[in-house]
Order: sequence, then C-alpha cells, then structure tokens
Amino acid sequence: MTVTEDAATTQVPGPEKEVGKARKRKEDARLITGRTTWTDNMVLPGMLHLSVVRSPVAHARITGIDVSAAKESPGVVTVLTGRDLADEQGSIPCAWPVTPDMKNPGHPSIAVDRVNHVGEAVAVIVARSRTAAADAVELVDVDYDLLPPVLDMEEAVREGADLVHDDLGTNTSYHFVFDAGEAGTGGDTEQAFADADVVVSRRFVNQRLIPAFMEPRSVVVQPQGDNFTMWSATQIPHVLRVMLAMVTGIPEHKLRVVAPDVGGGFGGKLQVNPEEVLALLIARRLGKPVKWTETRSESLMTAHHGRDQVQFIDVAADREGNVKGLRVRLLADMGAYLRLITPGVPALGAFMFPGIYKFPAYRFECDGVFTNKVPTDAYRGAGRPEATFAVERIMDELAVELGMDPLELRRKNWIQSQEFPFTTVAGLEYDSGDYDAATQQALDLLGYSELREEQRRRRESNDPVQLGIGFSTFTEMCGLAPSRVLGSLSYGAGGWESASIRMLPTGKVEVVTGSTPHGQGHETAWSQLVADQLGVPFEDVEVLHGDTAVAPRGMDTYGSRSLVVGGTAVVKAADKVIAKARKVAAHLLEASEDDLEFSGGKFSVRGTPGSGLSIQEIALAVFAAHDYPDDVEPTIDADATFDPVNFSFPHGTHVCAMEVDTDTGFVKIRKYACVDDVGTIVNPLIVEGQVHGGLAQGIAQALYEEAVYDADGNLTTGTFVDYLVPSAADLPHFDTGNTVHVAPGNPIGAKGVGEAGCIASTPAVVNAALDAVRHLGVSDIRMPLTPERVWRAIHQGGDGGDRATAGSNAYGGAQTETTAGVSTPRSALGGDR
Amino acid sequence: MIPAPFEYVRPTTVEEAVQAVAEGGEDVKIMAGGQSLIPVMRLRLAAPETIVDLGRVAEMRGVRDEGDVLVIGAMTTHAEVITDPLIAQHARLIAEATETVADRQTRRRGTFGGALAHADPAGDLAAVALALDAEMVIAGPGGRRTVPASEFFVDYLTTSLDEGEILVEIRVPKLSGDWGVRYEKFNRVAQAWSIVAVAAAVRREDGHIAEARIGLTNMGPTPLRASATEAALAGAPATADAVAAAARSAAEGTSPSSDLNAQADYREHLVQVLTRRAVTAAAGL
Repeated sequence: MTVTEDAATTQVPGPEKEVGKARKRKEDARLITGRTTWTDNMVLPGMLHLSVVRSPVAHARITGIDVSAAKESPGVVTVLTGRDLADEQGSIPCAWPVTPDMKNPGHPSIAVDRVNHVGEAVAVIVARSRTAAADAVELVDVDYDLLPPVLDMEEAVREGADLVHDDLGTNTSYHFVFDAGEAGTGGDTEQAFADADVVVSRRFVNQRLIPAFMEPRSVVVQPQGDNFTMWSATQIPHVLRVMLAMVTGIPEHKLRVVAPDVGGGFGGKLQVNPEEVLALLIARRLGKPVKWTETRSESLMTAHHGRDQVQFIDVAADREGNVKGLRVRLLADMGAYLRLITPGVPALGAFMFPGIYKFPAYRFECDGVFTNKVPTDAYRGAGRPEATFAVERIMDELAVELGMDPLELRRKNWIQSQEFPFTTVAGLEYDSGDYDAATQQALDLLGYSELREEQRRRRESNDPVQLGIGFSTFTEMCGLAPSRVLGSLSYGAGGWESASIRMLPTGKVEVVTGSTPHGQGHETAWSQLVADQLGVPFEDVEVLHGDTAVAPRGMDTYGSRSLVVGGTAVVKAADKVIAKARKVAAHLLEASEDDLEFSGGKFSVRGTPGSGLSIQEIALAVFAAHDYPDDVEPTIDADATFDPVNFSFPHGTHVCAMEVDTDTGFVKIRKYACVDDVGTIVNPLIVEGQVHGGLAQGIAQALYEEAVYDADGNLTTGTFVDYLVPSAADLPHFDTGNTVHVAPGNPIGAKGVGEAGCIASTPAVVNAALDAVRHLGVSDIRMPLTPERVWRAIHQGGDGGDRATAGSNAYGGAQTETTAGVSTPRSALGGDR
Repeated sequence: MIPAPFEYVRPTTVEEAVQAVAEGGEDVKIMAGGQSLIPVMRLRLAAPETIVDLGRVAEMRGVRDEGDVLVIGAMTTHAEVITDPLIAQHARLIAEATETVADRQTRRRGTFGGALAHADPAGDLAAVALALDAEMVIAGPGGRRTVPASEFFVDYLTTSLDEGEILVEIRVPKLSGDWGVRYEKFNRVAQAWSIVAVAAAVRREDGHIAEARIGLTNMGPTPLRASATEAALAGAPATADAVAAAARSAAEGTSPSSDLNAQADYREHLVQVLTRRAVTAAAGL
C-alpha cells in the first residue's frame, strides 16, 4: 500500500483502534491454569454424587433390575431406576420438527422398559462420594431380553427391516425435501438432468464423528426452597433453562442456569442432556445438592455424535463444463432418539450443497433414519461440512469426467465478485466476497506451480511416494440466524442475541452478553468492540455471561453466531449508551445535543476547544444524579437485542498438497494453504486460532476420526486409543491468509469464523489424496483415509472398504470399555505389568 | 475412571518387593511406571487386590557396563534410556525404539522393564530385546534366574515370569563389529502404539551383509524374529535388490491380528515393506 505524505499529515491522529489488534485473550490465564469455575470444581455443602449405570447392549427389553446390592454398598444413599422416574422425566426435547409428520419416539432421560443404544442410562447411583458412587455401579444387576440391533442405515430403510422403535412402524423419522423448482429459486431438476450432456453420480459416506470436547460434561444442581440453581458445562444455559422448565415442570422463574467457564463444546454441548434432567429431578426429589461429572468413556459413548450421512449426489453439466443441475439424496443417521436439533442438522445442510456455484436447478431429499446408536446432533459446522464435502468432491469427479482442470471447472461456475449479492438456487442471498481473489492468494501461499511440477516428476519417475493437490472453494452460512428464517424452517426458537452495557460510577464498564462462550474468547473480542465504541480502555471492560440471573436473555453460542449476532447486539447497546449520555452531556455542558460530537470517549462542543465531558464523567454524574435533564432517567445503561435480517457467508479457498506412500498407503500432508474471508477481523490472533483449530478438526475427519460400532452395536472407538484425535505433532504447518469483504448485514462487518476451517478442509484433503493416486485407478477412498484403506484402494480397487471393528490391543487387549457400569471379570488380564 | 479399591505397598529393595508380592494375597499386580496398569485399573478392566509399586527400589534403576554386556535395571525409565551414554554407545537400537514410545510424559514415567514384563505385542521394546538377544534376570522367592528373550515372551500379555516373580534387570550383549541399526515404526498418529514395527540390526563385512537380526512388533501374540529374512540376508550382497528380495519373506511364520488399524493381510504386507526399509537403513544403503 502506498500512503502519500499529504494523507499522512492531514489525518488527525485519533485514538488507536482496538478492532484489528491481535490482543492476547484476557480469559486465557485462568482457563489454561484451571484456576477457575469449571463445573466439576464446584463443591457445595452436603453435595451428593451421581454415577450412571449404563446399558451394555444396543437394543433390548429390560426384564428386571436388581438394585439391592448397590443400595447396600458403603456410602450409597439411594439407587433410582427408570421406573422410579418415569412419571416425572418427560422427554428430552426436540426443537426442530423439520416436517409436520416427523416421527419422534420421545427420548427418556433414563430407560424405563427398553434400551435403544449402548450407554443408555438404566439406573443412577446417588452416593456421598464420587468413589462410592462409582463402586456401586457394577453391583446393579439388569436383565435384558435382547432385540436385534439396527445399525446400518441402508438396511434400516429396506422393507421388512428390524425396527428400532416397533410402535413407529418404520425406521424413517422424516422425509425432508427442498426442490428449487417448487420453491421458485431454480429450474426443473429432472429436466436439467434429462437434457444434460454429462451426469456424474457418486455415493459418499460422511462418517460418524465424536465432538470430543476437552472438558467432560458436568452438572451440579442446588435446590433452595422451591428454587433450583444448575451449573452445567453447557454451550446453551439460556436454551437449557427454557427447555428444562418445559420438561420438568419447574417454573422457569424458579430455575437459574449457570454455565461457568466451559472447556469446549464444538456443538457437543449444544444439548439438553439426559444427565442434566436426571440431576435436576434427583436434586428435587432428595432436596440435596447433587453433582454428576462424566468419565471420558461415558463422554465418547453417550454425548451426542455428529455427521453420519450416506450421500447420493448427482451433478449434471454440459461438455464445456457449465453445471446444469444438482441432485442430492441423503440418509442421515439420527441414532436412537431425536435430541435438541438432531433432525435439523441435515436440513440446515440442504441449503449449502450448491456451494459457491451457479447451479440452475437443485433438488434435495433427506431421510432421517433411526438406528440403535447414540443420537447425532450438532457438531462444528452441523450440516454444512457434510454439504461442502459432497459438492467439493463431486466437482472434482466432474472435472475428471470432463477432462478439465478442477480449478478451471470451479472458476467457470462460481459466482463472480461483481454478482454479489447473489441469490442461489437454494434461495440464500450470499452477501459479499471474491472467490477468485481468495483462490489466487491461496495458490501463491502454497507455491502451486512448483508443486504441480514436482507432482509431474514423481508421476513420470513412478516414485513410490506420489503427490496430489486438492481444492476446496467453499462458503458457509453463519451468523445463526434470522429469526423469521428459522420460523420458516419450523425451528422452535429465534436467532436474535441480546446485550447490555452497564456504566459503573468509577467509569468502568460491564458488558452483559447473551452469547455464552465456551472457549472462543468473547471476553477479549467484546472488550475490543466496546473500547472502540465507547472510547474506554480495553482493560476497563468486563464481560459477564453464562448465568441466567446475570444475563437473563440470550441464545448462546453455536453456528459462528457470537460476533456476528451477539457482537452486534453489544455494538448497538453501546450506541444506545452514547445516545443516552449525549442528552446528559448536553445538559451539563449547556449545549445543544446537535452541537456535540463524540470521539475518543469524549463529548465536546463543536468549535469550543477544551470543553468536554468524558463518558466516564457522565457515568459518575448520573450515579450521583444531582444534576441531569428532567426528561431522562438517571442512567446511561442500555440494552439491545439484534435479530439479523440475513445470514452471513464467509468463504475461502483451501489447498492441500498430499504425499501418498503407495507402498504402505500412508498419507502425509506436505503443505496446506488457506485464505478465508470472514469479513472484518476484530482480533487476528483469535481468527488465526479458530482457523487452526478448525483445520485440525476438518483434517481429522479426512484422515483420523471415525466412531466405529461393532456388529452388536458396541462403540469400538470408546477411548482415545481407538478414536484418534490428532495432536500438533500430526498436523502440518498451516499457511493462512485472509481477504476482507465486509458483511453488509451487521455494523461490525464480521461474517463468523468458528467453523470455517472445519468445513472447508475435509474435502481439500481427500481431493488431494485422490489427485495423487487417481492415475493408479483410484476414484474414491472412504474417510478416514487410514493407511490400510488407501493401500487397498490402490492395490485392490474400490474405496478401501470397511475397517475391522475389533479395537486395537492397547489397554491389554480387553475390549474397550463400552459401558461405564458393566461389571467386568476382576483382573481378567493375564500378564504382569 | 476411578479404580476399584486396592491395597498398596511400596518396597525399597528387591527382597522386600518379592516378599510384598508373596504376601499380597490372591491377586497382586506389580507396578513399574504404571503407564499401562493404571489406565486399565481406571477403566476397571483390572481390579487387583494389591499393588506392589517398585518405584522406590533404587537398585532396579540405571545402566551399568559389565564388559560384553550392558545391564539395564528394569525400573530405568524410557527417558533415562534415551539419554543414557552407555546405551547410545552399545545398544543404540534400544534408544532409537524407545524414542518412538508414546509421548514425552509417558516416557518420563514408563520403564524399560515394565514395558517388557507387560508383553504387549504392540509395544516397541520387546521386539528390540528379542532382536538383540537380551536376557531377563528374574527374582523370586526361590532366588534369581536368567531367561533369554526368546523364551521370555510366551503369549499375548504373558511372559515366563511365574507367580511371585519380578523382572529385575535386562542383560543386553553389546554389538561388536560394524553394526547399523534401525527401528522402523508404522502408526497413524505420533503417540500411538505400533500397527507394525521392525527392529533391525545389520552387520556389514566386505560389501556383504554378514549378519542381520530382525525383531517384529505386533505381528502375532508375541514379538517375533523374521527368521526367514535373517537367513536370506546372511552372506547376501549389501544391495537394495538383495535386501528387497529377503524382505519378501518377513511375514513368514507370523500370525498378526485384525483390528481397527489394520487387518491381518495388510499387516503381512506392511511388515515386508518395513523390513526392507529397516534393513536398508541399518545396512547404510
């Protein structure tokens, strides 16, 4: 950039802007050291501890439960079963009935007479210590009458299949359709395919994943008269409060929910958990405070999972590579029950399958299918990673079919920068961006032409290590969400966000946000926003959150919404503070409001140098309230609620260079470059961190993670030995960059960054591996790309096939713990350790 | 993730330890670094009556030089093995393999002898001990005895340690002559167990391979030697082709398992590739 002398000297030096500064996060010291209010750190006088006895079988009738031995166990207060709680437990709520005739079997928090997945709660031990509760678990004796487990979606939807829920008469929960022709946003899809020169059809498997947040779920409930306070490691204290009031009948105003510091969620804590309901019911019944904290095994086995779709996708095009139509049919695994937004995840994804391309016709159909597995629900991206994966994979397949360069095909079909705002075939209005600019920058970061040259050399010399380059040019819908749009999709709530600003007498500022963080850095980013808006020091801002008694209104944190929606509410509240302060300032300065200007935290009278009042002075003045205008109340505090009109649409280009060892099938990322456009960047350090973390999770889907069940419905990947979460040692250096096209839908101009890396990276990685070995006859490899699958695809054809479902022999080769509460033969292992 | 209740004893000498094991009741577990035992206890896959913790038995820790042999105390930690000058000089293969074990935290606590006595076929050190013809010195109520590695590993997680016996130290013959070594480990993420691994020590003489010792990790219920490959390499020319040809028989006599990471046929393929690579590197080719 060139700055002329004139421009530099004529600018009046204003206060340094906070927005755009790479501030270190003010909350991190306490979060990293753990010296904070993690829920499990809570200790209350007389607190009892809960341990959950869980089903070791996937599908069965419960024919008897004997809790007598457990009740006798030292320190045990009582043991409760589903029968004890049947009349008061209600059902875990499902807030998203995606079709009017969606079948919902109801979701008991504790099984009464049937279990439908391994790990389902069948009894709860209440004991005086955590160890006493754990010791009694294996003393509960449950008799099961086994039913055939339903585990494979494609089999589950066949005529005559075994049923998860007999009384429903089907394993299909719903059939959701979006047809652009019928919606008036596109042409006739069947006609488009009938007329097309080229049709490419694929079946992709988007495997089941486990959110694997760092802090296990934990809940503490304190009864106090007819009031209840719940502390929970949740993403959604506000939603949880409403839902628990509805489920348990405890009046909403008698229930306070607190999400203290929460250690990650990734959507996995966007839930009304059975154990939260149970803790509340038991605290109510016993009149004592209770705590439940899950083990890691319980977390992997029973906290909701994500993804799990079989995707049938067809693309139609002409010979020149102009796309003509897109058709998607999904089978989406609901698991055994519908939790908070289980059915809505694939439906949200429906609108993202067209990606950044100008498809003239589009039809989407999805069957939500019940299986005897733990329910699925939101996981970082929630529907959008699945859609992005499918479209970015099929674009590569189409390029191969047409003999075109995959980037040339994308360029030919993507929305051009001058076409924004652009209404897509799915009916979304994309806000801003420049796909070409992001792509060019990403190619430069990667060193694209050198790597293409090396790829050619390796191919020619028949090198055992082949090189491939894969693309993902993606967009996503963020800033969830315009409330009216949610209403049109039958979602049970709005998508607004709330904030208030309290100006304290000493000039310090309290910001109350309804967007509850669980590790994102809200306290830092909100402080930066408020510092700029009010002209106060960054350090003088305190951000309060997560407690429904402190922050009574909120919709919490998910869907890359916090800054876009919650941050905007903060900015709007700050605007109101300034407006209120202006009246007081005019009064005290004996000037007309119109003659006041507000800059750098100070009101001054135009043309009267030296005069002025800072916002802090005004805060003190209204606290004293000795002298203020007659027509205002003595406060400059303000609230704001922001409901967005549209989503925001971050976009970017991710490019992965992958080495594939054809002798072993081992894949190694050689280089990874990405350029994301997330609109205005409030804190570059936080943005970079979000991109890195997202990349790790998206790459993990491509290469490492998969929730595997065996033929009986046991979760084989029940520990971190078998559910592989990569560490920094397994990931490459990331070359990241940004383009900035501000979001027109909010005053900050931010688009959201929480999910970008996770959504974009998966197809780039898979496309790169395929590009390395396509000349060897490989056209698909199932995720995760284990070395074995890659090797089989190269040497035996096909997509690498199923993995063996036996757990690896770590932990002494015993089956990984599939039930926290099932007794195991004591010291069953041989050998000396 | 809370173990069942157990008794805990922490002796300070080998004699005390042997006695503690004898007096520990029906189901005693001996704990070295605890890196495998504690996780299975936390998962309640094991619920021993008594734990005999060897952490304070000073005489079981450290490395000493006894002429033709190195003697490694069973309680020597992985971190100590990696940095030990005697091991670096005379048994570099052990250090190289130990560097691949788990993560830094585990290597600070986990021990050489604990890993061998655990006898996990996916563990890295047993195949190395086997390839180096190590000997296990065992203490028990009846005194001490020595067992060669080839007889020590009996089955899956099972050694020839009798009830009441403790692995005290490991005697490793020094390699003399022009030896090269390599531990070729294959796993999916850095801290994971081996899917398959190959420990190779190769002695070169006059452009030929005079002798090759090859230990295989996770190719059966116990660590194995790739005997057919070793035989094919003895006296073979030190060329890439000769090594590749010999490596093709690396899976002979193995019986690998099938699990999430790999099915048996893929392991049989992998072991050939990894043997070729390990021997090639050890031979300096």
